[in-house]
Amino acid sequence: MVRGHPLVYLDNAATAQKPVVVLEAMDRYYRDINANVHRGVHSLSEAATTAYERVRERAAAFLGAGSAKEIVFTAGTTASLNLVAQTYGGSVLRPGDEILVTEMEHHSNLVPWQLVAERTGATVRAIPITDAGGLDLLAFEQMLGPRTRIVAVAHASNVIGAINPINAISDMAHEVGAVVVVDGAQAAPHLPLDVSAMDCDFYACSVHKLYGPTGIGMLYGKRALLEAMPPWQGGGGMIREVQIERSTWAPPPERFEAGTPPIAEAIGLGAVLEYIVKWNWDALVAYEQELIAEASRKLLAVPGLRVLGEGADRVSVLSIVMDGVHPHDAGTVLDARGIAVRAGHHCAQPLMRRFGVTATLRASFGAYNTSEEVDALVEGLQEVRRVFG
Amino acid sequence: MKSDLDELYQSVILDHNRAPRNFRKLEDASAHAEGRNPLCGDVYEVWLKLEGDRIVDASFQGQGCAISKASASLMTQSVKGKTVTEARALFDGFHALVTEGEAGRVPAKLEVFQGVRAFPIRVKCATLSWHAMKAALEQRDRGIGG
Repeated sequence: MVRGHPLVYLDNAATAQKPVVVLEAMDRYYRDINANVHRGVHSLSEAATTAYERVRERAAAFLGAGSAKEIVFTAGTTASLNLVAQTYGGSVLRPGDEILVTEMEHHSNLVPWQLVAERTGATVRAIPITDAGGLDLLAFEQMLGPRTRIVAVAHASNVIGAINPINAISDMAHEVGAVVVVDGAQAAPHLPLDVSAMDCDFYACSVHKLYGPTGIGMLYGKRALLEAMPPWQGGGGMIREVQIERSTWAPPPERFEAGTPPIAEAIGLGAVLEYIVKWNWDALVAYEQELIAEASRKLLAVPGLRVLGEGADRVSVLSIVMDGVHPHDAGTVLDARGIAVRAGHHCAQPLMRRFGVTATLRASFGAYNTSEEVDALVEGLQEVRRVFG
Repeated sequence: MKSDLDELYQSVILDHNRAPRNFRKLEDASAHAEGRNPLCGDVYEVWLKLEGDRIVDASFQGQGCAISKASASLMTQSVKGKTVTEARALFDGFHALVTEGEAGRVPAKLEVFQGVRAFPIRVKCATLSWHAMKAALEQRDRGIGG
């Protein structure tokens, strides 16, 4: 219950609620096999290590990677993108090289590239999006060239939900020898994934948006690329041999997992993967698409309301703007009715500028949301209209 | 009994949101500062005109939610005619009002913001322009305002 009302949770793009199997698996790990991984010779450590590495195999299968060696566990999508920017970007970028991002990127797939560009003398350019909300592929084609080293793109926008065609982007980028880095944080909970079919070079996603625990992310990288990359952070577990003056590195993925990893979170990830791979994902996609289509249709009844980037193929994320009402005020009115949405710039200020707004109200739907909750949202927004005229 | 929501969005606040007072740039300002909430992107500029130690005019511009805009509007009205010391005391009183619900330290018309206390996440909205006002006075003291 929230403020005396049953919770209507429509902030799934920020983080999803967790199924009990996840909580139980993490609890069981701490109670029964709590030990560090890849270290002890004792039985508990062996049990923890086996469980941890089994999750890596599950993650590889979920993402469609060829091998578990291509899966690095990080702290989350932001950490994954920083890792790729600093290690891959840091070692290949030269002055004058170009990194292409898009106007719809979350700050976490923009700022890491700005940081590495500043260090290497490369430049960051943004592929424009159309008024309908999709990526302008013609403009992208014209921007690609011999200087393009990296194309960093969201699989789905965290603000308007627009889905980007990763297959086509990979084909086009590979033609000029560029590497494709995909921010999959918003796509992973909504679309069946196959990184091999998409042919992207890196794919990063969060676990907490995928009904799993916070504190852990999955990073896929093509094996040859991971093997050529220098370490990110130094510490225990990522070395082959250490001397006082220099060291040699463990092979991937351990090379990129310095220090004690988020073991309990990995166990939670294993549990959630086991849970969601049993879903019929075609049915899930169809269900969520029906929910947002219904929401878009019913929202038309609210005067002075529009949905941004409605023309694009999208995951179940809607950004709403209401004439004369700031999203924060609308969010507070909805909260008073137990409805949780996000209000603000959603860490995507360039996209806000692109649409000429400073903030939006975002409703994002997950697998457990219902048609009745769509109605609650619409009624809540009618109330917003009544309060603010 | 009024609901928390009705307490928050009182008619005075809705009125100042729709028609903010002193919503302009002061061309001959002697102190100026910007208040920005990086969490939500709200941004306000505040201008103050001082004669000696007294604020003789105050204005603001910018964009944000109803709470932040109404608060800025009422802030400019409240500090006009006050000395710098009085304006700082008003800041403290307003802060205590929206964080602790402590009434009696600010003029009655500012007490419409008492309802903000039930929505802790909105306290920053209510105090954004007040912080800018305080910063403008501090910058002026250090000789970098105007």
